[in-house]
Amino acid sequence: MIRFDAVSKNYPNGTTAVDELSLELAEGGITVLVGPSGCGKTTTLRMINRMVEPTAGTVSLRGRDIREVHAPELRRGIGYVIQHAGLFPHRTILDNIATVPLLLGWSRKKARARAAELLELVGLPSEMAKRYPNQLSGGQQQRVGVARALGADPPVLLMDEPFSAVDPIVRAELQAEFIRLQKELHKTIVFVTHDIDEAIRLGDNIAVFRTGGKLAQFDTPERLLAHPADDFVAGFVGQDRGIRRLSFVKAAEVPLREGPVLPETSPVARARTVDEPWVLVVDEARRPLGWAAVAGLPDTGTLADAPLAPLGHTFSLVGDSARAALDAALLSPSRLAVGVDAEGAVVGVADAYELSAVMAAAEAVAAEAAAGDAGADAPGGGER
Amino acid sequence: MSDGEPLVRWDWIADHAGELADYTGVHLRLGLLPVVFGLIISVPLGILCHRWRWLYPPVLTVANILYSIPSLALFMIFVRYTGLTERTVMIPLTLYTLSVLVPNVVDGLASVPEPVRLAATAMGFGPIRSVVQVELPIAVPVVIAGVRVAAVSSISLVAVGQLIGQGGLGYYITRGLQLDFPTPIVTAIVLIMLLALATDALLVLAQRLLTPWSRNKVTAA
Repeated sequence: MIRFDAVSKNYPNGTTAVDELSLELAEGGITVLVGPSGCGKTTTLRMINRMVEPTAGTVSLRGRDIREVHAPELRRGIGYVIQHAGLFPHRTILDNIATVPLLLGWSRKKARARAAELLELVGLPSEMAKRYPNQLSGGQQQRVGVARALGADPPVLLMDEPFSAVDPIVRAELQAEFIRLQKELHKTIVFVTHDIDEAIRLGDNIAVFRTGGKLAQFDTPERLLAHPADDFVAGFVGQDRGIRRLSFVKAAEVPLREGPVLPETSPVARARTVDEPWVLVVDEARRPLGWAAVAGLPDTGTLADAPLAPLGHTFSLVGDSARAALDAALLSPSRLAVGVDAEGAVVGVADAYELSAVMAAAEAVAAEAAAGDAGADAPGGGER
Repeated sequence: MSDGEPLVRWDWIADHAGELADYTGVHLRLGLLPVVFGLIISVPLGILCHRWRWLYPPVLTVANILYSIPSLALFMIFVRYTGLTERTVMIPLTLYTLSVLVPNVVDGLASVPEPVRLAATAMGFGPIRSVVQVELPIAVPVVIAGVRVAAVSSISLVAVGQLIGQGGLGYYITRGLQLDFPTPIVTAIVLIMLLALATDALLVLAQRLLTPWSRNKVTAA
């Protein structure tokens, strides 16, 4: 889809922004370009829509050398989301979104109708259509920026640190929204960030750049975490990559045991016969209520009368990852993570040590996959 | 001034109302057409200076030198070519506006935030379209600030044109001095000030209408 062939960008002052880059980006996926500042990731992005012209090599889009296309025309066919939204302050939100359709010569009516659809798609109320950008919050502006990039429904979307100028809560919101949108739209997206967590969260594939514009590794997030190509990548990915890898293991793969689970109607005496310091008290539908410390139980009555320690949190076998399971184990008073099914009923428990076994299993599977399809990209499930 | 002569004789103003209105119209034309011409020159010149920054210092220097030439001298120069006509007044006044308008166009264009400029390029605006549809509209508040200064100073400068017989309301000032009669002088000064204030107010209004986006209040949808 998007192909870089030995592409370099050198500046007259002798600096090299991008050095002999060869890369092929798959259609319909999110490729994240990540690296420290000055690594050439933004330059690489901007070479796709000719905002930066390479000094050597070829960039091609769907098999066609992009230099064959008049630059403004090329850009109208490629969505672009910029860091600080860069909305046109003198145009209403609706007209901002209608920018590219209007440039393409659509009628005003048709362009505005399309813009209204997009406003809704990015989750903004229709009352905002007539407002101006300075009347919106940063997060809202960034949503408009995404809508504007989608204006003429381009197959390719370039995103230059789109979520880095907003606060962490808004950023997480925008990221979640972005994942939802992509599930619906299946665009080919190139996404630049300096934040490795964002890269791992959003990317189907990740290209890690090092200073001097060299590609250090191009891989799926799982493989990047499991097998960093060198010390630079390992360092960039971070010290906790072991824990982060668990994000790509489904909680359903976690080995669970039955554990000390008792209904709240059980007599206290029954809990004492279980040879565990804590028992998990559940209701009639097996939904967990809390942990009861056996040592702190009253002399008589049922477990409903017992003081309960809060659960921390449970993990769902249908949506969560092994990382959520490990976190649940660490936060649980009994050191046991509680796995629940879609209805919230307890399926079983596991402690952190048992959870670590899942890593070894995942490792074996990954090694097999790597040996099996050398190079082919199989974006795994993971925490999406 | 002779003793006992009042500063303003209201009956004189009443008698000359029609004539005063005519001169006020002439004064407005002499004062404001140069601002329009100045803008017609300054906008493209400012765009060029913004595009090629090396051009800006020499252009600004020339505009400032023009501004420093006394109007009397400029009138005398142009009289040789355009005679004792309105053009002889309007040409110098037009040149004077450049030293205010060119920098304001350049500053206005410079006030366009970099992400906005980049976004325009990335959306597929060509260079000319970007200037016309994105950058100039955003520069409007700064440009209008310059137009206000240019218009007010131009309106007050018109009176000097009376030296070559084309001074709009300036006519009443020289007339009053010759006749030692204060009423026309005071009337002309007040009218000129009112013209300047009214023009300024209209420009403020124009800016509000042209740039609804620069106000920050949330409008009901």
